[in-house]
Amino acid sequence: MAIREFHTDLLRDAVETMCGPAACDMPRDVSGAMERASRLEDGVNARSVLLELLKNYDIAAAERIPVCQDTGMVVIFLDVGRDLHFVGDPYQAIDEGVRRGYKKAALRMSTVGDPLRRVNTGDNTPALVTTRLVPGDRVTVTFLAKGFGSENMSRLAMLRPADGMEGVRKFVMETAAQAGPNACPPLVIGVGIGGSFDQVALAAKRALSRDTGQPHPDPYYAGFEQSLLEEINRSGVGPQGLGGRTTALSVAIEVLPTHIAALPVACNINCHVARHMREVL
Amino acid sequence: MEKKAFIQVQAPLDEAAARSLRSGDRVLLSGTVYTLRDAGHQRLVDLLNQGHNPPFPLEDAVIYYVGPTPATGGRAIGSAGPTTSSRMDPYTPSLIRHGLRGMIGKGHRDLQVIRAMKEYGAVYFAATGGAGALLSKTIVEAELLAWEELGTEALRRLTVRDMPLTVIIDSQGRNLYEDGPRDWRRQHGYLND
Ligand code: SF4
Repeated sequence: MAIREFHTDLLRDAVETMCGPAACDMPRDVSGAMERASRLEDGVNARSVLLELLKNYDIAAAERIPVCQDTGMVVIFLDVGRDLHFVGDPYQAIDEGVRRGYKKAALRMSTVGDPLRRVNTGDNTPALVTTRLVPGDRVTVTFLAKGFGSENMSRLAMLRPADGMEGVRKFVMETAAQAGPNACPPLVIGVGIGGSFDQVALAAKRALSRDTGQPHPDPYYAGFEQSLLEEINRSGVGPQGLGGRTTALSVAIEVLPTHIAALPVACNINCHVARHMREVL
Repeated sequence: MEKKAFIQVQAPLDEAAARSLRSGDRVLLSGTVYTLRDAGHQRLVDLLNQGHNPPFPLEDAVIYYVGPTPATGGRAIGSAGPTTSSRMDPYTPSLIRHGLRGMIGKGHRDLQVIRAMKEYGAVYFAATGGAGALLSKTIVEAELLAWEELGTEALRRLTVRDMPLTVIIDSQGRNLYEDGPRDWRRQHGYLND
């Protein structure tokens, strides 16, 4: 088996190239979901807010102004083919890509280097990187520019196995209700179920990297996603919390095997500015 | 479906004008507003506590909770949508007592803020969260006033023209974040409380 030599400059340049478009061009799955929502919306202020948001996407794309001023922290899922050898440090390459990309596109530097001393790093690094080994010799970069108005409304709970699907349902409903207007609804909701305390949060984040509206491959969970979405959209919170039908655009679930004594659940909240991109190198 | 007309509002905003606005009103705001978020609030309140003058007239002022992206292409400002207001709640009652009349942000406010708003006649507007490009087009001038070292959190004076806002909490304490969702649920028969 030949081992591919992979120069990390390739990774750096890919990350750099993604920063500007992630901030200014809403992915089509999101703008499509927003358009459909605006046609169904019947809340008094809600429809005009959705139209405002759609117009905002157009202005952002045409004039290269970020869709939202919180251009996020960069979250990267790096799937590394095990038949390759890195020439260079992939983590440094990613950070250098973020540094260049955020500067070039005049995005907001929203990262502090220490959670308590809170000094801005000035270049939006470091990115939050999760690496996985996969078959083959390619590198898949999944890039999220995650806003924290919505991130701050995320929650995690260690439920009892007896709480079951009903417990998960209740937890997701509570989390969406608490997020309310703070997380800039319409929301995109990632739910992790199973695993451990740490892994379940990551599963919820990974769920946010799926295209909006793409169902879980297992019909059991696809059905659960759909029923959660419908219930959230009966809450009346609506766009920006002003009252209406469109509280969330999608619910995506990712599941993991877990311990016989455990039912971890995590709910990672994203806003309609659900910036996600993927590239295979 | 009912379509609401926009009300034209000028900033600074006096008490009578603030008290005339109602939760649920759609507003086009023009005039002068000041940008301030977490770090700037801390500095402003520190100044006031030490008996110093604030770096801008607080009487009848409107503050916009925003940390914009850098301005590009000769524009006044970059993307400039609202940030979450609740982080400013600890500072807000004291600013309202010093004359602050209007706040622009997004999301819930706490009871102390609402109590001060009722007592002194202040109003809380929401700008649309995630509409930073659209909102930036309504900002025709931005001038750095103080605390440049805070970067995106520095104090700026903005001249705005027809900025689209919604009155969330009015000076009588009515709150669209409660009434809007409840009314929608009632209309659709989803109300069980
Ligand atoms: S929650 Fe989303 S839309 Fe709202 S300010 Fe943050 S990134 Fe922007």
